[in-house]
Amino acid sequence: MLNLENLYRQVIMDHYKNPRHKGLIRNPEYKMLHLTNTSCGDDITIQTMMVGDIIQDIRHDGTGCSICCSSASVMSETLIGKTREKANEIVEAFYSMIKGEPVENVELLEEAIVYEGVSKFPARLKCATLSWRAIGAILNKEEGEDNG
Amino acid sequence: MGNVKTTRNDFGVLKTHPRLVYLDTCATSLKPDPVVHEISNYYQEYGVNIHRGVYELSHKATEAYESAREAVARFIHAKPEEIVFTKGTTSALNLVASGFGMSLIQEGDEIVTSELEHHSSLLPWMIVAKKKNAKLIYVPLDSSGRITFQNYLSVVSDRTKVVALTYVSNVLGYITPIEEIIAHAKSKNISTVVDAAQAVPHMKIDVSRLGCDFLAFSGHKMMGPTGIGVLYGRHKVLSKMEPIEFGGEMNDNVDKFDVFYKETPHKFEAGTPPIAGAIGLKRAIQYLEDIGVETIHDHSKRLAEMAVKELMKMDGVRVYNEEIDTSVVAFNIEGVHPHDAVSVYDADHIALRAGHHCAQLVSKWLKCAGTLRASFYLYNTEDDVERFIASTIKTRDFFRNF
Repeated sequence: MLNLENLYRQVIMDHYKNPRHKGLIRNPEYKMLHLTNTSCGDDITIQTMMVGDIIQDIRHDGTGCSICCSSASVMSETLIGKTREKANEIVEAFYSMIKGEPVENVELLEEAIVYEGVSKFPARLKCATLSWRAIGAILNKEEGEDNG
Repeated sequence: MGNVKTTRNDFGVLKTHPRLVYLDTCATSLKPDPVVHEISNYYQEYGVNIHRGVYELSHKATEAYESAREAVARFIHAKPEEIVFTKGTTSALNLVASGFGMSLIQEGDEIVTSELEHHSSLLPWMIVAKKKNAKLIYVPLDSSGRITFQNYLSVVSDRTKVVALTYVSNVLGYITPIEEIIAHAKSKNISTVVDAAQAVPHMKIDVSRLGCDFLAFSGHKMMGPTGIGVLYGRHKVLSKMEPIEFGGEMNDNVDKFDVFYKETPHKFEAGTPPIAGAIGLKRAIQYLEDIGVETIHDHSKRLAEMAVKELMKMDGVRVYNEEIDTSVVAFNIEGVHPHDAVSVYDADHIALRAGHHCAQLVSKWLKCAGTLRASFYLYNTEDDVERFIASTIKTRDFFRNF
């Protein structure tokens, strides 16, 4: 049970039941990306608004398991207010942690550190990283669709 | 008749993982040692190509491959020339839709199918319908999620050209009244395509009695290897049907601007076929018949019924198929996403499937984000059921505590 308790921390279940920054908004200043894990049905849309180089806001909506949905909420909390560069660093650190690799600046992760236990459940890696992949793609490749 | 109680020792995966409770047979069954041995024996002793070589080893491989075809034919009461080896059910059903459906279906025609279908039974026909401007018609499911003969009758029309239905649902385990449906379809000159992937491991199939035009199944769900499947087609229909793959061994004569195909079934088997797969499948049929498909069915159904009875008593658990036709239990733990639940079972060494099971229309019909699915087979035991139930209680309570 120890591994399971590390996977399903109180904080994670709290974000699952009471998600922060949930719900999409209509605003052309937001870039948006929709990603799914087709094998399990996780379905997440992420929106973000940049002001200059700063992430002014992140919104998310979708359906999926507690790991996937809560992760979108925690990701939003962690990255809002960060610069693009800092956010990229955090996203990379998050991936390393999830894969069970050593993370240099653990403090960067802030609350997202609660997903440390996922590394013991390789089948759940895709759930935990879906919203982080989406924000990474929006930040770097300008792949985000214009919001309409 | 064999004794199912002793069969656990025949399965390498269970010997390698003595604590494993394997409840995912609907995805793929485990393979008994005799099947593994037969495949290994081919590769070790005569692992050469078929039909092409005139040397003795190639002759031996060819004989083994063709005798597998005869074994399959006997198994489902068909003729060997009516048995086409494919990669699996999916490629068999795609072959029917592309090779047969694309020339049969015209604009405005209707193809009858259901929301219980696995994607491999539904999507090939959806694509035919789109390309030909034909209509896909769904048999309405009854309140428990079954395909009924009456509901089939309610949608069949003068424009119906094909009925493509599953014999046994891979999510709810329900058996379709396929005999009545085929008999009616035949009387109206409607072609019938049966997805028997989940039926073959559980019931005797007699295509000469069913009278369907096509029937498809996979080796790996009936204790045979992956990568081998079977398309049965009525000889008359297969003879007229066009191949969809072209290459080595499917032709008699090749000129600069023309090609003459071989007779069925070889015209449908371009390239080197799954030789080891066919040989392994033949051994799997023998294994299945030695124990007896009814014995296997009765055993696995009894375990599924035990499981459902316990689940129904539990508060916070929803069962989607209270009646067990085969050996599948579809359920959810209230308030717990199936993928969250499955990690708790996994920690207890219980292998369950969670999600849509390649049949998204079923989840949509049930109005849920996927289901948990426990499927039982001959190697499962009452102890497996007890551990499964204990783990279900644990999962429910674990997530309740948040």
